Amino acid sequence: MAKRVGMEVSIAAAEAVKQANADVVAAYPITPQTHIVEHISELVADGELDAEFVPVESEHSAMSVCVGASAAGARAFTCTSSQGLILMSEIVWIAASLRLPVVMIVANRSLSGPLSIWNDHSDAMMLRDCGWIQIFAQNGQEVYDGVFNAFRIAEDHRVLLPVMIHMDGFILTHVIESIEVVDQEVVDRYLPPYKPLYRLHPDDPVTMGAFAMPPLYTETQMAQNEALKASYGPILEAWEEWGELTGRHYRPVETYKMEGAEVALITMGSFSETASVAVDEMREEGEAVGLVRIRLWRPFPFEEFRKSIRGIKTLVVVDRAISFGGPGGPVASEIRSALYEEKDRPAVVNFIAGIAGRDVSPDDYKRMIRRAREIAPVLPEAYEIYGVRE
Amino acid sequence: MRERFGVYVPKVVTREEYFAPGHRACQGCGEALAVRLAQKALGRDTIVACATGCMEIVSSPFPYTSWRIPWIHVAFENAAAVASGIEAGLKALMRKGRLPSKRIFCVGMAGDGGTSDIGIQALSGALERGHDFLYICLDNEAYMNTGIQRSSATPFGAATTTSPPGKFSWGQMTWKKNMAEIAAAHDIPYVATACPSYPFDLMEKVRKGAEVHGPAYIHILSPCPTGWRFPPNLSIRVGRLAVETGVFPLYEVVNGKYRLTLDPGELRPVKEYLKVQGRFRHLPDEVIEQIQERVRREYERLLRKTRS
Repeated sequence: MAKRVGMEVSIAAAEAVKQANADVVAAYPITPQTHIVEHISELVADGELDAEFVPVESEHSAMSVCVGASAAGARAFTCTSSQGLILMSEIVWIAASLRLPVVMIVANRSLSGPLSIWNDHSDAMMLRDCGWIQIFAQNGQEVYDGVFNAFRIAEDHRVLLPVMIHMDGFILTHVIESIEVVDQEVVDRYLPPYKPLYRLHPDDPVTMGAFAMPPLYTETQMAQNEALKASYGPILEAWEEWGELTGRHYRPVETYKMEGAEVALITMGSFSETASVAVDEMREEGEAVGLVRIRLWRPFPFEEFRKSIRGIKTLVVVDRAISFGGPGGPVASEIRSALYEEKDRPAVVNFIAGIAGRDVSPDDYKRMIRRAREIAPVLPEAYEIYGVRE
Repeated sequence: MRERFGVYVPKVVTREEYFAPGHRACQGCGEALAVRLAQKALGRDTIVACATGCMEIVSSPFPYTSWRIPWIHVAFENAAAVASGIEAGLKALMRKGRLPSKRIFCVGMAGDGGTSDIGIQALSGALERGHDFLYICLDNEAYMNTGIQRSSATPFGAATTTSPPGKFSWGQMTWKKNMAEIAAAHDIPYVATACPSYPFDLMEKVRKGAEVHGPAYIHILSPCPTGWRFPPNLSIRVGRLAVETGVFPLYEVVNGKYRLTLDPGELRPVKEYLKVQGRFRHLPDEVIEQIQERVRREYERLLRKTRS
């Protein structure tokens, strides 16, 4: 029987890696990811997880070890943050192009400089186009469940792509939550051992990572893009089956109190729960406000997103990263382009908020919505950095 | 050497080619020869993680491959990390009964730039962690694949496209980084130097390095006609001159114990090695004398280690 346990979300993530029976875990410590790898190394040291824990000398090597292990047919896991993610980014891209089902948790943290260990999504956005399936978790349960979902999706022979689970640093990594722990037999039924389509083994020698000349490179990019887009169906299936087994149903886009809403907040990650409190309060005050949360960031769920905001007049997109010198926040620019061809497209107002751990309370969301109503008719393409101290 | 190998060894070296002909290496390429010999010594139960560089580019233009063994290329600086990942993966899978247990040699392979410059961190990490793998550095003493730029393995005085001789320069103005010694400083069970001009010595070392449990490092000097500026038919001779002049001594370090595997006796003058290569053509006698002095000193230091 599944049981509820109060535990730190990082510990829950590590326990999920154990239950997923990972074969190789390679990691380098970086705040706020550390509790995850510390607990995994304890599980390996205690013999609770039969895996090779490879304490590498950098994140670049962490991803390189995962690539090697996955190419040899092992289930490989790593996790990192911020500078670590961008240090390993070279190999992150290659893992996707080699179609290796590595799973990585990113404990989201701002990028230097100035150095900051606190939470935002600038690290995630830096790797937006790297070819991985990317999922933003809202709470600890989603992180825990997400590890099983991620391996299941990644290793599906129709997919064979790496999966990144984004979890907000500190806000999720260091918080104790009530987690419903799944029975091992349920995990085993849902997630059989990884059966690679190709592996590095002398019995059937293959060459991996050959280089491509211009007559072939474009085709490889096309194939990779098609593979990522085509993962959408298997992702939904994996979530559906998980819902049947556990009662927790996940969708690429989730809506909250969108019936009759005129204004919708758009969020990703843990900020969504705070935003829902603001929506509750505003609804009580009689305001027609709803919330849309994007869980699946890549492949971007265009259709489902458009459906979710049909009839809305103003979208208030809360970004947690800046595209310097660009159109504002990466999520808003994505959404604007998703809506460009729509006949009755809403005004999109973009706030960049909650950068590097700056708190965003329900009242802040209310202020953003009021401000959006003011500026939407005047400057529909505007973005503002919210809460700047002058 | 001759007593050990003279008559019978050519018959016991496999005719099997694991590094297939038809690759795109330059004529007289010392690296391609070294790789071919190394693969013969390693046999079929081998997985190679190869860094970006000459050997990657000449052997794997999609959809072709020269590799008859499992082979992977990921990036420039991480061959050692990828090899350690393969080793960790196989170890876990065999322990958990998901792969039949047998010895599979995991080999990381990179050029001098991929080893002593950009890849030194990943290599040091993998050696320190004690993975059961062999790392082969194919040292042609510059970034040949990108057009002969200097690396930290380029010898003093050599002209490259980024260490050109000029009014204020003799070419490369720093001494060659001693990677074999850096590997040995990690206190790993096996370190050796080799050169394809001495094929049996090279194969024996590769086999030893692969069979030893734990990390092994082999530094192979690979004469490069294109980058060193000598006619392709002289590759073997240039390698021999490097050894016979003491510029590149052949030795091994087994569990910390140094041994010359080829004692050339009285060293030939360094000038004989330098004069056959266009990259040293500009050097005046006083600079050659400086190099001679340095070679003598380094060689004596190595001999002292073999005696201690």
